[in-house]
Amino acid sequence: MTDLYRLFVESILSQNIALMFILGMCPLIAVSTSVKNAKGMGIAVIFVVSITAMINYPIYLLLRATGTTNIQLLVFIATIAATVQFLEMFIDKFFPALYNAFGLFLPLITVNCAILAVSLFFVNRTYTFVETTTFAVGSGIGWALAIILVAGLREKMAKTSDVPKGLAGKGIVFIVLGILSLAFIGFTGLVS
Amino acid sequence: MKLIRLKYTKWFNISKNGLSQNNPIAIGVLGICSALAVTNRVENAIAMGLGVTFVIVASSLMVSMIRRFIPPRVRMVTYMVIIATFVIVVQLFLEAFFPIIAAALGAYVGLIITNCIVMGRAEAFAAKNPMRFTFYDGLANGLGYTYVLILVALVREVLAFGTILNYQVMPDGFVNWTVMAMAPGGFFVLAIFIWIIRELTNNYELQQ
Repeated sequence: MTDLYRLFVESILSQNIALMFILGMCPLIAVSTSVKNAKGMGIAVIFVVSITAMINYPIYLLLRATGTTNIQLLVFIATIAATVQFLEMFIDKFFPALYNAFGLFLPLITVNCAILAVSLFFVNRTYTFVETTTFAVGSGIGWALAIILVAGLREKMAKTSDVPKGLAGKGIVFIVLGILSLAFIGFTGLVS
Repeated sequence: MKLIRLKYTKWFNISKNGLSQNNPIAIGVLGICSALAVTNRVENAIAMGLGVTFVIVASSLMVSMIRRFIPPRVRMVTYMVIIATFVIVVQLFLEAFFPIIAAALGAYVGLIITNCIVMGRAEAFAAKNPMRFTFYDGLANGLGYTYVLILVALVREVLAFGTILNYQVMPDGFVNWTVMAMAPGGFFVLAIFIWIIRELTNNYELQQ
């Protein structure tokens, strides 16, 4: 139980998938211009990453049993694309209010590498199903945390700071990310 | 006279776009994940750059070849399957011939699939252009990506380990700057790199 708890906290803080493994950067930089959008994107990622990891795990077991792990990439990406499409239709039909809040971000998620990475990491690290689920939910929350933090800083920065011309726009986001990343290293060893 | 005319050909424009004007990493800020995660060693950067170049060229060619037969509604899924196929080729090749580099790159080889550059070139260029231009565009973008990766990796490897391609270049008293090998170092080096390129090319991004 403590192992699961540690895995969960580590995947949010000291092993944060966005700040430590540098995954899902394209959407993180593109969508973090306002806190409102960042929240929508973050929630969408938490949903999709948890669901796809849980679906991909039994599929991986099937591939391993039949000795066809060579095509795991193709299968995983197909699962992710199909899940995202299904979620979009499902939410649009049954929860229109929710769809207005973050439905716009769902199609973008297929090309978010954090989603595919979680599915590849559980293969590389030989997690069990429970560990995979914990890791996936934690990673989703960690990614959402990172994008909301960056968006908050960018909103403040747009009003008050005098950014050098060459760094304006996306360049300064990397400096912000670097400092956040340094701070998150500080969480190492929080849960022993 | 010939040189001046060369400036206006499509070939010249394609290479200028890929290598400097619209460099996928420095100006487009695409494909950052792999650009930062694997650049703590120069050898990893070279392997990753060449792998991505191969995937861009091969998948763009394929998309361009069948562009008239892809129904617009399912084009994204089609691109995805084509790209995934070539990524599997790269992955198997690295595992068979360069097992050490394959182990160091780990899951990041598989993540070439979600590299926005590959998808971006398929959608923005290959779907509209004949094969010979597509081939050249893929090559220019792939090499534009590779040289930025290698430059970033050079700075990071020298500062983090004091070596280049595992040969010691720094004097004995050099204290390794370990944080450069970790994520923050990558972010800072790339930010400075973008700054330099934008100042040199006078290509500034307007403040939103």
